[in-house]
Amino acid sequence: MTTQLALSQILNGLQLGVLLFLLAAGLTLVFGIMSFVNLAHGSLFMLGAYFGAAAFAKTDSFLVGVFAAVVGAGAVGLLLDRFALTKLYERDHLDQVLATFGLILFFNELIRIIWGPGSIFMQVPDALSQTVNMFGISYPSYRIAIIGVGLLVALGLYLLIQKTRVGMLIRAGATHPAMVASLGVNIKWLNTLVFALGAALAGLAGVMAGPIISVQPGMGEPVLILTLVVIIIGGLGSIRGAFYAALIVGVVDTLGRAFMPTIMRGIFERNTADAAGPALASMLIYLLMAAVLALKPQGLFPTSAGAVR
Amino acid sequence: MSALVTQNLVKRFGGVTATDNVTLSVEPGELHAIIGPNGAGKSTLIGQLAGEIAPDSGSVALFGETVTALQVHQRAKRGLARTYQITQLAKDFTALDNVLLAVNARATHNFRFWRNAHDDSIAVDRALAALNTVGLSAQKNTPVATLAHGEQRQLEIAMALATEPKLLLLDEPLAGMSQGEATAMIALLKSLKGRYPMLLVEHDMDAVFSLADRVSVLVYGRIIATDLPANIRSNPEVRAAYLGDEVAA
Repeated sequence: MTTQLALSQILNGLQLGVLLFLLAAGLTLVFGIMSFVNLAHGSLFMLGAYFGAAAFAKTDSFLVGVFAAVVGAGAVGLLLDRFALTKLYERDHLDQVLATFGLILFFNELIRIIWGPGSIFMQVPDALSQTVNMFGISYPSYRIAIIGVGLLVALGLYLLIQKTRVGMLIRAGATHPAMVASLGVNIKWLNTLVFALGAALAGLAGVMAGPIISVQPGMGEPVLILTLVVIIIGGLGSIRGAFYAALIVGVVDTLGRAFMPTIMRGIFERNTADAAGPALASMLIYLLMAAVLALKPQGLFPTSAGAVR
Repeated sequence: MSALVTQNLVKRFGGVTATDNVTLSVEPGELHAIIGPNGAGKSTLIGQLAGEIAPDSGSVALFGETVTALQVHQRAKRGLARTYQITQLAKDFTALDNVLLAVNARATHNFRFWRNAHDDSIAVDRALAALNTVGLSAQKNTPVATLAHGEQRQLEIAMALATEPKLLLLDEPLAGMSQGEATAMIALLKSLKGRYPMLLVEHDMDAVFSLADRVSVLVYGRIIATDLPANIRSNPEVRAAYLGDEVAA
């Protein structure tokens, strides 16, 4: 029983982990390449969920919903980069934080105006509404699908960045923008492309999370905090670091919340344990981050100044 | 038609006139060298030619087309390739990958961008050819960080060549080189001479006088003389302003 519970919690953790990775990949790329702090990344997650939910409700096809979320969030990212953020790249990080915090408020309010303040319901697609039996537990196939999609995207991103022509330009452009420009590449458009790619991935995470968390204004902020923890633990600018850190954070957070109260009961008396357990569980990833930073201040997979891996 | 023409280029930083009414040209097939003491404004001039610095007034034209308002990548697309005073290479790439980067940057229309860069035999062949031209074929799989300084400079030339340029802008290609490395680089530049019009900014006098078809002398942002190397050597104004100490030394 306990092994089965542990197993399903580990799967829950992985599923949270891959969602975090989808968000962290974009955020860490944008930071690694453009040295730009984008707090509004969580808003793109939220927009993805809303676009997806709306398209799903209208067409009854979850795939159309996913498409709408990815393309919609990517397009918003592209416009955001071209028209709102270009001017901010030269500014210092505090200005970027303030401006993108403003964007969070803007997008939350915009969503309230269009869809109302309450949460909207998004169904698990019919094809994935069953559970599958594996390792002696039955586990929702939708969550399995999330893990699968997340791992596929991770593989795709790895190939894109490490192997393809555009990936080469992105990696070289991160460290030597002037040189890449002198070879005839429009660096601004390359940056916009990266930003839109990150936005599209955030949108994908949003629509996939839609059926398992509530789709409501402000849903991007809690997940943004976790994402920031992920990219700090992984090492800023490192996609590989973001991948491992996302899985670690997802699993640690989930297991902590599931088992910390029980563990505490073995140490303290019941009242104390019931009070301290959940509190400690929610602190766990921050303790993890503090420990990583103490041992490896540059994160688990540090990148040399601005490099992308 | 001249490969490069600047007309009355002026750039001021505060009270300092870094580029003072510079008019010069690079003719087809010509190697035009610019010499000048430190602080003469060579880097500022190069920056304006490449498109990194906007002049306050004056114009820059490439092959008859005014490019003063164009950005770096747009000038590159028109055939301008450059090397840097301080090498700009992707340090964790191999030598071949750096050149592939240059091939790919240029060939955005010919090849699909998501292709595996190493599966593209046309691009790889072109990169290998550029490496061969500069004599780095044997080092193609060596990470740039472990290449010798002289080899890194040769690699920069290979990258410039890989973009299939129509004009080369070389910013002190001999800087920091040992005697042996400098000899190899001068031989390389000689082999390229005539195939590409080149603007060479260089401190090394022996190199300049053995390579250049014409030499311009830049002092305090102003060109005080443009002439054949032999005439520059004997120009009294030039000797007074610049060459005097170095030739004597």
